[in-house]
Amino acid sequence: MGRPFVLPDLGEGLTEAEIVAVLVREGEVIREDAPLLEVETDKARVEIPSPMGGRIEAIHVSPGETVKVGAALVTFADAAVGSAAAGAPDKSPAPATSRAPGAAPVAQRATPAAPPRSAPGPSPPVPSPVHSPPSQSPLADTSRAADGAPARPERVGPVPATPATRRLARELGVDLRAVRPTGPGGRVTDADVRAAGAPATGEPGPAAAPATRPPVATPLAPAPFQIPPLPRFEQWGPVERAPLSHLRRTIAERMTLSAAIVPHVTHFDRADITDLDALIRANLEAARARGVTLTLTSFLLKAAALTLAAHPSFNASLDAAAGELVLKRYHHLGVAVATERGLIVPVIRDVDRKPLLALAAELGALAQRVRDGKATLDDLRGGTFTITNIGALGGTGAIPIINYPEVAILGVARAREEPVVRGGQIVARLILPLTLTFDHRVADGADGARFAADLVRRLEHPDQLLLEL
Amino acid sequence: MVMGDLVREVDVAVIGGGPGGYSAAFRAAELGLETVVVDATQRLGGACLWEGCIPSKALLHVAAVMHDAERVREVGIEYGPPKISIEPLRAWKDDRVVTRLARGLAGVALRRGVEVIGGRAVFEGSRALRVEGEAPQKIHFKHAIIATGSAPDHLPGIEWGPRVMDSTMALELPDVPARLLVVGGGYIGLELGTVYATLGSAVTLVELTDGLLPGVDRDLVQPLARRIDGLFTAVRLGAQVVALRATADRVEVEIEGSGVEPFDRVLVAVGRRAQSAGLGLETTRVQVDERGVIAIDDRCRTSDPSIYAVGDVTGEPMLAHRAMRQGRVAAEVIAGHASAFDNVAVPAVVFTDPEIAWCGLTERDARQTNRPVKVARFLWAASGRAATLGRSDGLTKLIADPDTGRVLGAGVVGPGAGELIAEAALAVETAALAEDLAATIHAHPTLSESVMEAAQSLLLDLRPATPTGA
Repeated sequence: MGRPFVLPDLGEGLTEAEIVAVLVREGEVIREDAPLLEVETDKARVEIPSPMGGRIEAIHVSPGETVKVGAALVTFADAAVGSAAAGAPDKSPAPATSRAPGAAPVAQRATPAAPPRSAPGPSPPVPSPVHSPPSQSPLADTSRAADGAPARPERVGPVPATPATRRLARELGVDLRAVRPTGPGGRVTDADVRAAGAPATGEPGPAAAPATRPPVATPLAPAPFQIPPLPRFEQWGPVERAPLSHLRRTIAERMTLSAAIVPHVTHFDRADITDLDALIRANLEAARARGVTLTLTSFLLKAAALTLAAHPSFNASLDAAAGELVLKRYHHLGVAVATERGLIVPVIRDVDRKPLLALAAELGALAQRVRDGKATLDDLRGGTFTITNIGALGGTGAIPIINYPEVAILGVARAREEPVVRGGQIVARLILPLTLTFDHRVADGADGARFAADLVRRLEHPDQLLLEL
Repeated sequence: MVMGDLVREVDVAVIGGGPGGYSAAFRAAELGLETVVVDATQRLGGACLWEGCIPSKALLHVAAVMHDAERVREVGIEYGPPKISIEPLRAWKDDRVVTRLARGLAGVALRRGVEVIGGRAVFEGSRALRVEGEAPQKIHFKHAIIATGSAPDHLPGIEWGPRVMDSTMALELPDVPARLLVVGGGYIGLELGTVYATLGSAVTLVELTDGLLPGVDRDLVQPLARRIDGLFTAVRLGAQVVALRATADRVEVEIEGSGVEPFDRVLVAVGRRAQSAGLGLETTRVQVDERGVIAIDDRCRTSDPSIYAVGDVTGEPMLAHRAMRQGRVAAEVIAGHASAFDNVAVPAVVFTDPEIAWCGLTERDARQTNRPVKVARFLWAASGRAATLGRSDGLTKLIADPDTGRVLGAGVVGPGAGELIAEAALAVETAALAEDLAATIHAHPTLSESVMEAAQSLLLDLRPATPTGA
């Protein structure tokens, strides 16, 4: 029989990984936490530690192979004694531990205070169950309910829920058996599933305090589309097929999703950064003395973070299914980096709280890690807003695609000296073209214009930035 | 054989064009995946369309009409004994039923852009297969779905022959034998036995266990057993075939406890066996057990990450509708949806007269797992509609949770049971309560009211609800 270990949920829409190296052999006895495999996703190479100690009975993957989340990686031989008492009546593939490597708890949806999950006892391998609850995802660390109280005891048989609710639970990575049901006869409803998937503390709505009653959340209508098959190109001439690299595939899928779901609107603006540029030059030496290269980007990050704090709907995500705007109280900004393999967006956390020099230092280190292919999964996750340098290789501007599920992206083109009319005179000023592309479901043109104007003001008057720090 | 260097690149390669295969292929194509189906017969439909579900139901319908015509004599309308012409009957079944449906399937495939490739598929690793046959080719796939189905099992030591038929041969209706022995009292033996008995054969049935339809709740089988006793010449329960010798013009069969009897034909219906041999699965990571059954998880994935399996080849219950649902699930999972085969209620129907149908938890399951349940039975003797049909020998029962009244299972015996079970299946699948069924208006006078009546009597019988507290 044996205990299979499957590829754990990697979070944030990542559904597969490429096996880079298998670090153990069949028959080998390893201890818990020993490095098991190396996998690659989005060019972040990640080591997966063993969830348990034991003998490796079988290895199901080999280097070069792409496996989906939930696919069996290795099978451990049965232990003499089961690890946890639960007696696991379920027959779904054994969930891996919630310890994804290098991650802050993978379970963003679990409570912050959730204790580590006790691994269920050995479950049988792959064979088809007759009544099986939805496959467990380690993301669903719901062994404890939101308020820390023990969840309902294991039920007998399948959890009562309609097929649509079961599908919702799978999409949200929620384990039905640990959800507190409020439906008739103990049925689990959609609302129950969402409540189980939400973070522990539900903060009330923020700054934008309307005098009228807040609206009741209702789901938005979905947008359907169907892709027709490609024509047979060979009928017109010879073709060659080149398989997409893993990174390219990921980018393609992400871009398609964002383009299809988000109605993009772009607001164009220009910032006179002559004074800002002078400020940077004046402080270059002092910064270098502290081992930091001061760049325009670090100021952009700071200005953007401050502007986001004043326009919170641009620092949010839209939950269309629930009809709610998820306003984030943290400001983690992604900075798009072009590598030879493709576009990568590492994230700097808490930009609003870090001093400028610290931001500049972190930015430099992060960019270097990305270029060296050493960025970790953690480096790439949790972003609330993205800045992309669209002028690095020339050109006057571009309309980038929003980094879903964010709602806005700032494109910065190349700053140029241009003739500008000031006080009736033509003078040379350093002008930075910007584009703010945002989600029209969340913000209107006027909102975008206000955000951009606010950002531009901060860039044009760096002395005012001082007042906000 | 010349292996052409024709190589096709597809998203999904479906092996087997039966209900599991074509359901998967059509769904995959709907979701934008480039899909092909490889089938040895180069057509869609599988055993279900060509040698199973469809032809048998066509013949059973004819048998039912013949029975109805005979019964109506009791109320003053007399037709006299039927004149049976096998040729037109066969032609209707083959041309107007089966072939017409086959053309429909082919049309759907064309419209959805699913190509059906004729030949035998053999895996060459986890990403490629070769097609053997008249037009050999190689297919490189991102995902494969194995839907190769099942075939009739034979009795150990007893070979198929002109007088020893499996269900496929029996459905071809070679003739109406004067004496037919049916080995196996499951749904196939009973259905085919009913057809032949109605057409004029003297049918003897032999079944290993002590009752017909082993595993099915006895109260559902009883009304059928009574009719079978009247229709068949003999039913030998708790017995098996000891020896069988086929000669040119008959078959001598020794049945345990009854000695040797002569028959004109023997139908062996003792089960079906998963078909997974000869697929080259040893070049993949797919796990197959000693019965040929392919192991899958609730996403229909095999042990090989790029290969899925659906339908009879994945084991029991071997039902076309289970295969169809699995096919859809596999396609959706491949397309990245959060789909799974987590169905709680897989209905089963025996298309005899009376029909029997059930879904969800059976009384037998509940007893065997020591699970407390409440059972409510509604006898059709009390049904207005049943009375108008002259068919008061039916029964509808619901099996529910004693505390909440949630519907866990249902069983129906009587004409139309196969249609009536659908409502119960919906109730079980959506975790509905007896209260929901009891409060839903069911048209009068229909047989569907029996479901509502059973639910209403359940409500009287439930444990008092524990107050929720305010």
